[in-house]
Amino acid sequence: MVKNSLIFIVLIGFAVLLADLFVGFNGNTDLNILANHYAVSGPEEVGSANLVTAVVVTYRGLDTLGEVTILFLAAAIVSFLLKVEAGASRNRKLRSTSEILDTASRILVPVIFLFGIYVFINGHLSPGGGFQGGAIIASGLVLMLLAQPAKEVGHKLITLVESISGISFVLIGVAGVLFAAGFLDNKLLPLGTFGTIFSAGVIPVIYIFVGLKVGAELSGIITNLHENQNEA
Amino acid sequence: MENLNLEIITLITGVILVLIGIWGLLTQKNLIKIVIGFTLFDTGIHIIMVSIGYVKNRTAPIIDQSVNINDVGNSVVDPVPQALVLTAIVIGLGVTALMLTYVLKMYQKRKSLEINNYNDLKW
Repeated sequence: MVKNSLIFIVLIGFAVLLADLFVGFNGNTDLNILANHYAVSGPEEVGSANLVTAVVVTYRGLDTLGEVTILFLAAAIVSFLLKVEAGASRNRKLRSTSEILDTASRILVPVIFLFGIYVFINGHLSPGGGFQGGAIIASGLVLMLLAQPAKEVGHKLITLVESISGISFVLIGVAGVLFAAGFLDNKLLPLGTFGTIFSAGVIPVIYIFVGLKVGAELSGIITNLHENQNEA
Repeated sequence: MENLNLEIITLITGVILVLIGIWGLLTQKNLIKIVIGFTLFDTGIHIIMVSIGYVKNRTAPIIDQSVNINDVGNSVVDPVPQALVLTAIVIGLGVTALMLTYVLKMYQKRKSLEINNYNDLKW
Protein backbone atom coordinates (compact mmCIF):
# COMPACT_ATOMS: atom_id res chain seq x y z
CA MET A 1 0.00 0.00 0.00
CA VAL A 2 2.79 2.39 0.98
CA LYS A 3 4.68 1.33 -2.14
CA ASN A 4 1.69 1.97 -4.42
CA SER A 5 1.14 5.41 -2.98
CA LEU A 6 4.84 6.21 -3.39
CA ILE A 7 4.63 5.25 -7.06
CA PHE A 8 1.51 7.37 -7.36
CA ILE A 9 3.32 10.34 -5.79
CA VAL A 10 6.26 9.95 -8.21
CA LEU A 11 3.87 9.86 -11.17
CA ILE A 12 2.06 12.96 -9.92
CA GLY A 13 5.43 14.67 -9.51
CA PHE A 14 6.39 13.91 -13.11
CA ALA A 15 2.95 15.04 -14.30
CA VAL A 16 3.41 18.35 -12.46
CA LEU A 17 6.90 18.76 -13.97
CA LEU A 18 5.60 18.10 -17.47
CA ALA A 19 2.43 20.16 -16.98
CA ASP A 20 4.54 23.31 -17.25
CA LEU A 21 5.08 22.37 -20.89
CA PHE A 22 1.49 22.65 -21.99
CA VAL A 23 -0.17 24.93 -19.46
CA GLY A 24 -0.24 28.21 -21.30
CA PHE A 25 1.34 26.70 -24.41
CA ASN A 26 -0.64 27.80 -27.40
CA GLY A 27 1.67 26.69 -30.16
CA ASN A 28 4.33 28.72 -31.91
CA THR A 29 3.46 31.29 -34.51
CA ASP A 30 7.02 32.12 -35.53
CA LEU A 31 10.40 30.46 -35.75
CA ASN A 32 12.98 31.43 -33.16
CA ILE A 33 16.18 33.22 -34.26
CA LEU A 34 18.33 30.09 -34.69
CA ALA A 35 15.67 28.14 -36.60
CA ASN A 36 14.98 31.19 -38.76
CA HIS A 37 18.67 31.43 -39.65
CA TYR A 38 18.77 27.74 -40.58
CA ALA A 39 15.59 28.05 -42.67
CA VAL A 40 16.48 31.29 -44.47
CA SER A 41 20.20 30.86 -45.15
CA GLY A 42 20.27 27.04 -45.16
CA PRO A 43 19.26 26.62 -48.83
CA GLU A 44 22.01 28.90 -50.14
CA GLU A 45 24.71 28.12 -47.55
CA VAL A 46 24.32 24.36 -47.65
CA GLY A 47 22.30 23.78 -50.81
CA SER A 48 20.20 21.00 -49.27
CA ALA A 49 16.46 20.97 -50.00
CA ASN A 50 15.84 18.96 -46.83
CA LEU A 51 16.60 21.42 -44.02
CA VAL A 52 16.67 18.68 -41.39
CA THR A 53 19.51 17.09 -43.35
CA ALA A 54 21.29 20.45 -43.49
CA VAL A 55 21.09 20.70 -39.69
CA VAL A 56 22.06 17.08 -39.06
CA VAL A 57 24.97 16.76 -41.49
CA THR A 58 26.43 20.26 -41.77
CA TYR A 59 25.39 22.65 -39.00
CA ARG A 60 25.47 19.90 -36.37
CA GLY A 61 27.80 17.50 -38.18
CA LEU A 62 30.03 16.94 -35.17
CA ASP A 63 27.01 15.82 -33.10
CA THR A 64 26.14 13.33 -35.83
CA LEU A 65 29.67 11.94 -35.70
CA GLY A 66 29.27 11.56 -31.93
CA GLU A 67 25.93 9.87 -32.41
CA VAL A 68 27.33 7.39 -34.91
CA THR A 69 30.04 6.69 -32.32
CA ILE A 70 27.40 5.97 -29.64
CA LEU A 71 25.64 3.57 -32.01
CA PHE A 72 28.98 1.90 -32.77
CA LEU A 73 29.63 1.54 -29.04
CA ALA A 74 26.22 -0.06 -28.50
CA ALA A 75 26.79 -2.48 -31.39
CA ALA A 76 30.28 -3.30 -30.10
CA ILE A 77 29.02 -4.06 -26.57
CA VAL A 78 26.21 -6.24 -27.97
CA SER A 79 28.63 -8.26 -30.07
CA PHE A 80 31.06 -8.50 -27.15
CA LEU A 81 28.38 -9.86 -24.80
CA LEU A 82 26.77 -12.18 -27.33
CA LYS A 83 29.94 -13.71 -28.68
CA VAL A 84 29.25 -17.21 -29.98
CA GLU A 85 32.12 -19.66 -30.27
CA ALA A 86 32.70 -20.83 -33.82
CA GLY A 87 30.70 -23.96 -34.52
CA ALA A 88 28.48 -23.52 -31.46
CA SER A 89 25.62 -22.20 -33.55
CA ARG A 90 25.42 -25.40 -35.60
CA ASN A 91 23.19 -27.28 -33.17
CA ARG A 92 20.47 -24.67 -32.88
CA LYS A 93 16.89 -25.92 -33.07
CA LEU A 94 15.25 -24.06 -35.93
CA ARG A 95 11.64 -24.15 -36.95
CA SER A 96 11.13 -24.53 -40.69
CA THR A 97 9.56 -21.49 -42.33
CA SER A 98 6.42 -21.46 -44.40
CA GLU A 99 6.50 -21.50 -48.19
CA ILE A 100 4.78 -18.08 -48.36
CA LEU A 101 7.34 -16.33 -46.15
CA ASP A 102 10.23 -17.97 -47.95
CA THR A 103 9.02 -17.02 -51.45
CA ALA A 104 7.95 -13.52 -50.45
CA SER A 105 11.28 -12.82 -48.81
CA ARG A 106 13.16 -13.82 -51.95
CA ILE A 107 11.25 -11.15 -53.90
CA LEU A 108 11.04 -8.49 -51.19
CA VAL A 109 14.53 -8.49 -49.66
CA PRO A 110 16.35 -7.08 -52.74
CA VAL A 111 13.61 -4.47 -53.15
CA ILE A 112 13.91 -3.44 -49.50
CA PHE A 113 17.69 -3.14 -49.81
CA LEU A 114 17.28 -1.04 -52.96
CA PHE A 115 14.72 1.19 -51.23
CA GLY A 116 17.10 1.70 -48.31
CA ILE A 117 19.87 2.75 -50.70
CA TYR A 118 17.44 5.11 -52.48
CA VAL A 119 16.46 6.68 -49.16
CA PHE A 120 20.02 7.47 -48.09
CA ILE A 121 21.18 8.68 -51.52
CA ASN A 122 18.23 11.11 -51.70
CA GLY A 123 18.55 12.24 -48.09
CA HIS A 124 19.28 15.85 -49.08
CA LEU A 125 16.24 16.13 -51.38
CA SER A 126 13.38 14.21 -49.81
CA PRO A 127 12.39 12.89 -46.38
CA GLY A 128 14.96 10.34 -45.35
CA GLY A 129 18.69 10.12 -44.93
CA GLY A 130 21.48 7.90 -43.74
CA PHE A 131 19.91 6.78 -40.47
CA GLN A 132 16.54 5.94 -41.98
CA GLY A 133 18.11 4.21 -44.99
CA GLY A 134 20.37 2.16 -42.72
CA ALA A 135 17.38 1.13 -40.60
CA ILE A 136 15.48 0.05 -43.74
CA ILE A 137 18.43 -2.08 -44.87
CA ALA A 138 18.59 -3.70 -41.44
CA SER A 139 14.83 -4.41 -41.58
CA GLY A 140 15.41 -6.20 -44.90
CA LEU A 141 17.99 -8.33 -43.12
CA VAL A 142 15.43 -9.16 -40.41
CA LEU A 143 13.03 -10.44 -43.08
CA MET A 144 15.81 -12.50 -44.66
CA LEU A 145 16.75 -14.07 -41.31
CA LEU A 146 13.10 -14.81 -40.50
CA ALA A 147 12.68 -16.63 -43.80
CA GLN A 148 16.01 -18.46 -43.75
CA PRO A 149 17.04 -18.83 -40.09
CA ALA A 150 19.93 -21.13 -40.87
CA LYS A 151 21.61 -18.60 -43.15
CA GLU A 152 25.00 -17.44 -41.95
CA VAL A 153 25.56 -13.71 -42.29
CA GLY A 154 29.20 -12.82 -42.74
CA HIS A 155 30.50 -10.94 -39.70
CA LYS A 156 33.66 -10.07 -41.62
CA LEU A 157 31.66 -8.29 -44.34
CA ILE A 158 29.64 -6.33 -41.76
CA THR A 159 32.80 -5.30 -39.89
CA LEU A 160 34.54 -4.32 -43.13
CA VAL A 161 31.66 -2.13 -44.39
CA GLU A 162 31.31 -0.52 -40.97
CA SER A 163 35.01 0.26 -40.55
CA ILE A 164 35.49 1.61 -44.07
CA SER A 165 32.44 3.90 -43.89
CA GLY A 166 33.33 5.11 -40.39
CA ILE A 167 36.90 5.95 -41.41
CA SER A 168 35.67 7.66 -44.60
CA PHE A 169 33.26 9.82 -42.57
CA VAL A 170 36.11 11.05 -40.35
CA LEU A 171 38.47 11.52 -43.35
CA ILE A 172 35.86 13.68 -45.11
CA GLY A 173 35.65 15.78 -41.95
CA VAL A 174 39.45 16.16 -41.80
CA ALA A 175 39.56 17.02 -45.53
CA GLY A 176 37.08 19.80 -44.70
CA VAL A 177 39.64 21.25 -42.26
CA LEU A 178 42.43 21.08 -44.88
CA PHE A 179 40.63 22.19 -48.05
CA ALA A 180 37.50 24.06 -46.88
CA ALA A 181 36.26 26.16 -43.99
CA GLY A 182 36.35 23.60 -41.18
CA PHE A 183 35.61 20.12 -39.87
CA LEU A 184 32.83 18.48 -41.94
CA ASP A 185 32.33 21.63 -44.00
CA ASN A 186 30.23 20.84 -47.04
CA LYS A 187 31.89 23.27 -49.48
CA LEU A 188 34.53 20.60 -50.06
CA LEU A 189 32.63 19.74 -53.25
CA PRO A 190 30.81 22.34 -55.42
CA LEU A 191 27.25 23.02 -54.28
CA GLY A 192 25.76 22.23 -57.71
CA THR A 193 22.22 22.99 -58.83
CA PHE A 194 19.75 23.25 -55.97
CA GLY A 195 17.31 20.34 -55.87
CA THR A 196 19.23 17.88 -58.06
CA ILE A 197 20.92 14.71 -56.87
CA PHE A 198 24.46 16.07 -57.39
CA SER A 199 24.00 19.05 -55.13
CA ALA A 200 24.50 20.12 -51.52
CA GLY A 201 28.27 19.64 -51.66
CA VAL A 202 29.52 16.75 -49.56
CA ILE A 203 26.18 15.93 -47.86
CA PRO A 204 25.18 13.03 -50.17
CA VAL A 205 28.64 11.47 -49.79
CA ILE A 206 28.51 11.72 -45.99
CA TYR A 207 24.97 10.36 -45.92
CA ILE A 208 25.95 7.38 -48.07
CA PHE A 209 28.70 6.51 -45.57
CA VAL A 210 26.36 7.13 -42.60
CA GLY A 211 23.73 4.92 -44.24
CA LEU A 212 26.21 2.09 -44.82
CA LYS A 213 27.58 2.42 -41.31
CA VAL A 214 24.19 2.48 -39.59
CA GLY A 215 22.97 -0.38 -41.78
CA ALA A 216 26.05 -2.45 -40.92
CA GLU A 217 25.81 -1.68 -37.19
CA LEU A 218 22.11 -2.55 -36.94
CA SER A 219 22.70 -5.67 -39.04
CA GLY A 220 25.47 -6.65 -36.64
CA ILE A 221 23.17 -6.23 -33.62
CA ILE A 222 20.41 -8.24 -35.35
CA THR A 223 22.78 -11.01 -36.42
CA ASN A 224 24.23 -11.31 -32.92
CA LEU A 225 20.80 -11.47 -31.29
CA HIS A 226 19.65 -13.96 -33.93
CA GLU A 227 22.60 -16.29 -33.36
CA ASN A 228 21.90 -16.27 -29.63
CA GLN A 229 18.20 -16.96 -29.77
CA ASN A 230 18.33 -20.63 -28.83
CA GLU A 231 21.34 -20.42 -26.55
CA ALA A 232 19.27 -19.57 -23.49
CA MET B 1 -12.52 23.10 -27.13
CA GLU B 2 -11.45 25.70 -29.68
CA ASN B 3 -7.89 25.91 -28.37
CA LEU B 4 -7.34 22.15 -28.70
CA ASN B 5 -4.85 22.49 -31.52
CA LEU B 6 -2.75 19.85 -33.24
CA GLU B 7 0.34 20.71 -31.20
CA ILE B 8 -1.59 20.59 -27.90
CA ILE B 9 -3.02 17.16 -28.76
CA THR B 10 0.37 15.71 -29.69
CA LEU B 11 1.97 17.31 -26.62
CA ILE B 12 -0.62 15.74 -24.29
CA THR B 13 -0.21 12.39 -26.08
CA GLY B 14 3.54 12.59 -25.51
CA VAL B 15 3.10 13.45 -21.81
CA ILE B 16 0.67 10.54 -21.36
CA LEU B 17 3.16 8.17 -23.02
CA VAL B 18 5.94 9.43 -20.73
CA LEU B 19 3.75 8.83 -17.66
CA ILE B 20 2.80 5.32 -18.85
CA GLY B 21 6.50 4.62 -19.41
CA ILE B 22 7.45 5.77 -15.91
CA TRP B 23 4.59 3.74 -14.45
CA GLY B 24 5.89 0.68 -16.31
CA LEU B 25 9.45 1.27 -15.08
CA LEU B 26 8.28 1.55 -11.48
CA THR B 27 5.67 -1.18 -11.21
CA GLN B 28 6.60 -4.00 -13.59
CA LYS B 29 8.56 -6.98 -12.28
CA ASN B 30 9.41 -8.58 -15.64
CA LEU B 31 12.70 -7.33 -17.09
CA ILE B 32 11.39 -7.21 -20.68
CA LYS B 33 8.34 -5.21 -19.55
CA ILE B 34 10.70 -2.73 -17.87
CA VAL B 35 12.52 -2.34 -21.20
CA ILE B 36 9.15 -1.74 -22.91
CA GLY B 37 8.37 0.93 -20.30
CA PHE B 38 11.68 2.59 -21.09
CA THR B 39 10.97 2.66 -24.84
CA LEU B 40 7.51 4.17 -24.19
CA PHE B 41 9.20 6.87 -22.08
CA ASP B 42 11.62 7.45 -24.99
CA THR B 43 8.86 7.69 -27.61
CA GLY B 44 6.84 10.08 -25.46
CA ILE B 45 9.81 12.44 -25.18
CA HIS B 46 10.28 12.33 -28.97
CA ILE B 47 6.64 13.28 -29.54
CA ILE B 48 6.94 16.13 -27.01
CA MET B 49 10.05 17.50 -28.74
CA VAL B 50 8.53 17.43 -32.22
CA SER B 51 5.27 19.03 -31.08
CA ILE B 52 7.14 21.86 -29.32
CA GLY B 53 8.95 22.62 -32.59
CA TYR B 54 5.69 22.79 -34.54
CA VAL B 55 4.65 26.19 -35.91
CA LYS B 56 1.01 26.83 -36.76
CA ASN B 57 -0.13 26.21 -40.34
CA ARG B 58 3.31 25.44 -41.69
CA THR B 59 4.76 22.48 -43.52
CA ALA B 60 7.71 20.13 -43.08
CA PRO B 61 11.19 21.73 -43.40
CA ILE B 62 11.81 20.30 -46.86
CA ILE B 63 11.88 22.73 -49.77
CA ASP B 64 9.69 21.45 -52.61
CA GLN B 65 6.73 22.70 -54.63
CA SER B 66 4.69 23.57 -51.52
CA VAL B 67 7.36 25.93 -50.13
CA ASN B 68 8.19 29.27 -51.70
CA ILE B 69 11.99 29.35 -51.93
CA ASN B 70 12.08 33.12 -51.28
CA ASP B 71 9.96 32.89 -48.14
CA VAL B 72 11.24 29.78 -46.40
CA GLY B 73 11.41 31.50 -43.01
CA ASN B 74 7.64 31.97 -43.00
CA SER B 75 6.54 28.62 -44.39
CA VAL B 76 8.35 25.78 -42.59
CA VAL B 77 8.39 24.45 -39.02
CA ASP B 78 11.47 24.42 -36.78
CA PRO B 79 14.02 21.91 -38.22
CA VAL B 80 16.19 21.71 -35.07
CA PRO B 81 13.91 19.55 -32.85
CA GLN B 82 13.30 17.24 -35.80
CA ALA B 83 17.04 16.79 -36.28
CA LEU B 84 17.44 16.12 -32.55
CA VAL B 85 14.63 13.55 -32.57
CA LEU B 86 16.11 11.90 -35.66
CA THR B 87 19.34 11.28 -33.75
CA ALA B 88 17.50 10.40 -30.53
CA ILE B 89 15.46 7.67 -32.24
CA VAL B 90 18.60 5.95 -33.51
CA ILE B 91 20.33 6.19 -30.13
CA GLY B 92 17.14 4.89 -28.49
CA LEU B 93 17.25 1.88 -30.80
CA GLY B 94 20.87 1.18 -29.89
CA VAL B 95 20.19 1.55 -26.15
CA THR B 96 17.13 -0.73 -26.38
CA ALA B 97 19.18 -3.40 -28.16
CA LEU B 98 21.83 -3.06 -25.44
CA MET B 99 19.25 -3.43 -22.64
CA LEU B 100 17.72 -6.50 -24.31
CA THR B 101 21.21 -7.98 -24.58
CA TYR B 102 21.75 -7.50 -20.83
CA VAL B 103 18.35 -9.11 -20.19
CA LEU B 104 19.36 -12.05 -22.38
CA LYS B 105 22.66 -12.48 -20.53
CA MET B 106 20.92 -12.24 -17.14
CA TYR B 107 18.41 -14.87 -18.24
CA GLN B 108 21.20 -17.17 -19.39
CA LYS B 109 22.84 -16.81 -15.96
CA ARG B 110 19.85 -17.21 -13.65
CA LYS B 111 17.04 -18.58 -15.87
CA SER B 112 14.69 -15.91 -14.56
CA LEU B 113 13.18 -12.67 -15.84
CA GLU B 114 11.75 -11.71 -12.44
CA ILE B 115 13.54 -8.64 -11.07
CA ASN B 116 12.96 -9.79 -7.47
CA ASN B 117 15.33 -12.71 -8.09
CA TYR B 118 18.21 -10.30 -8.75
CA ASN B 119 18.95 -8.91 -5.28
CA ASP B 120 22.75 -8.93 -5.32
CA LEU B 121 22.88 -5.16 -4.90
CA LYS B 122 20.20 -5.08 -2.21
CA TRP B 123 21.30 -4.38 1.35
